Amino acid sequence: MSSRERILGRVRRALADVPADDTPYEQAVERGYAREHGDRSVGQTVDLLAENLADYRAIVHRCTAADLPATLAGMLAARGARTVIVPPGLDPGWLTSADAEQVPDRAESTPHELDRLDSVVTACAVAIAETGTIVLDGGPDQGRRRITLIPDHHICVVRVPDQVVSSVPQALERLDPARPLTWISGPSATSDIELDRVEGVHGPRTLEVVLVESPAGTEGTS
Amino acid sequence: MSGTFVGMPAFPKAAHEAVNNQTLRGNLRHATHTIRGKRAKAVAEVSDWAALREAGKQIKDHTLRHLDRYLVQVEEAVTAAGGTVHWAADADEANRIVTDLVKATGETEVVKVKSMATQEIGLNEALEAEGIRAYETDLAELIVQLGKDRPSHILVPAIHRNRGEIRDIFAREMSEWGRPAPEGLTDTPAELAEAARLHLREKFLRAKVGVSGANFVIAETGTLVVVESEGNGRMCLTLPETLISVVGIEKILPTWQDLEVFLQTLPRSSTAERMNPYTSTWTGTTDEDGPRAFHLVLLDNGRTDTLADEVGRQALRCIRCSACLNVCPVYERAGGHAYGSVYPGPIGAILSPQLRGTQSEIDASLPYASSLCGACYEVCPVAIDIPEVLVHLRERVVEGGQVTREGNKVVLRPAKGHAAERAAMRAARWAFSHPGALRTGQRLASRTRRLHPRSLPGPGRAWSATRDLPPVPAEPFRDWWQRTNGGKDGAK
Ligand code: SF4
Repeated sequence: MSSRERILGRVRRALADVPADDTPYEQAVERGYAREHGDRSVGQTVDLLAENLADYRAIVHRCTAADLPATLAGMLAARGARTVIVPPGLDPGWLTSADAEQVPDRAESTPHELDRLDSVVTACAVAIAETGTIVLDGGPDQGRRRITLIPDHHICVVRVPDQVVSSVPQALERLDPARPLTWISGPSATSDIELDRVEGVHGPRTLEVVLVESPAGTEGTS
Repeated sequence: MSGTFVGMPAFPKAAHEAVNNQTLRGNLRHATHTIRGKRAKAVAEVSDWAALREAGKQIKDHTLRHLDRYLVQVEEAVTAAGGTVHWAADADEANRIVTDLVKATGETEVVKVKSMATQEIGLNEALEAEGIRAYETDLAELIVQLGKDRPSHILVPAIHRNRGEIRDIFAREMSEWGRPAPEGLTDTPAELAEAARLHLREKFLRAKVGVSGANFVIAETGTLVVVESEGNGRMCLTLPETLISVVGIEKILPTWQDLEVFLQTLPRSSTAERMNPYTSTWTGTTDEDGPRAFHLVLLDNGRTDTLADEVGRQALRCIRCSACLNVCPVYERAGGHAYGSVYPGPIGAILSPQLRGTQSEIDASLPYASSLCGACYEVCPVAIDIPEVLVHLRERVVEGGQVTREGNKVVLRPAKGHAAERAAMRAARWAFSHPGALRTGQRLASRTRRLHPRSLPGPGRAWSATRDLPPVPAEPFRDWWQRTNGGKDGAK
């Protein structure tokens, strides 16, 4: 007998007490919990996102769409970044003012090559206000998972308010599980040494988030 | 299950030794009290905690009650997404599967993200025996591995070490394993973390094989989920060409939507954060992003036996948040090592004797490693009634009866009369000579009064048969004192 059959057989025998007409999944779980916590205007939700991101030690910037290239150029310059990784679908207008050399995200580059680069700029899929989380789904403006992992400095651009949701349940509704997802709440951190929080163990030690106002007339918010 | 720490003394003896270790107790007390306070705050932030907890319990219970169906669904979905599914009935089989997979890649080292399942099966040792070196990459696991030590806490495995000890371990051992610690390393946490970053980075960047566990597996989509803080998880999950995930069969959730419950309760219960710094989800393989080969090893190793026990089954709801450890007065004094398994604290006291059976002395003594204070039940985000299972297992140790071992029904003989009594009494004496443990113990005793027999369950029965147990007061003095501000508030 294969282990598969053995395990499934054991499970079935172990569950002899479960009736055939046991409550189906749809009725077995009461979802009495909240879809979001609190009652906020769209503007307040964006403010809460900024607040919670900062609380988890991300550096938060806010600007208009028109100011985005100058804002990004300034951030990279302040950091002294000489090289910046760029996902294939990043809006080419965003980095027009930046001095740093732009390195495309390529499947062939090795982890060691990525390790020599200074910064990465990406967009995101959705941002969650209540938890201060940005979620990347590997879309063309976000690139492969590793480009936001190896460089020590990650700049993530969030279009507000249309990419912002209040809560975890709302975020999951918007996300596609078939894509590889990375949820990021603040920079890499550890509390393993006497529970003192230290930023940056293996992931980027600096996370900067730019909340950019969507130009008027784009999608609404949730 | 091969996870028994070899030569481990039974709980009372191990606990006794730990209690006499002042450094250990100091480190533990600091850590558990800090997390405990923060957790309470994080939980208070969400108004619907009780509803989330209930939903989490119901989702897990439903999944366990239909586990056969969900296992098959996981297999189909992972396979459809480009992964390969393997089934491992026990630790040896799981180790063999992983070893063969690693060997097939031609590699002799793997990077690992902290996984309790692989600790449970002793994977690192099994790989070592085949000439494959496994590098633990979680900072705390690194401390444990370099210190030739055992993890003592689910979430903070090096909780028993203070910064001075960690500095010494790094300075002494890092060069044995790769990049040495920087000259003049001090004991500031930032410098220690930096040393670990440099040491491990060289391993991440060259790694071809990664090994992980998973916090959740979604049946409808075949998605795996890993929740972490440091980014070592992301490194292991995305940089290697081959990823092997060893996952207990109890980690399944039916739907993608179910994550909305656990991604809210797990971070708050474990690290007391609104959200942990990183969560990764992946479904099979993705072209040109991450590993090209993905293997999922579904692990039984005693879980189906646990499932067969209608009272004990609830232990499989555990999401390994470690909240129960941090509130446990016995854990706080005894430390994680005393439990003789990778699962310490209250959850370990009910999980290990079920996964492994109660034949060994340590496993027979674990159900007594508790004051039954009930604090573990109160914090548990999936509402596992740990005290109920403890009492149930005590009865099993003493009275014997029918249990399932490796899928077969067997009848356990009662533990030999006075050996069992001795074990129980030693545990009891230990608890009663540590006032903090007793204090909280009394609280539960009154809360569960209607469940209280006039004689002790389990091995205590022989002892209480000839003695009357004092009745349990409706409210312990200590609670009354706190509630009424020492009687000043004029309450009765
Ligand atoms: S038993 Fe409950 S509180 Fe303890 S680790 Fe498991 S889920 Fe957390």
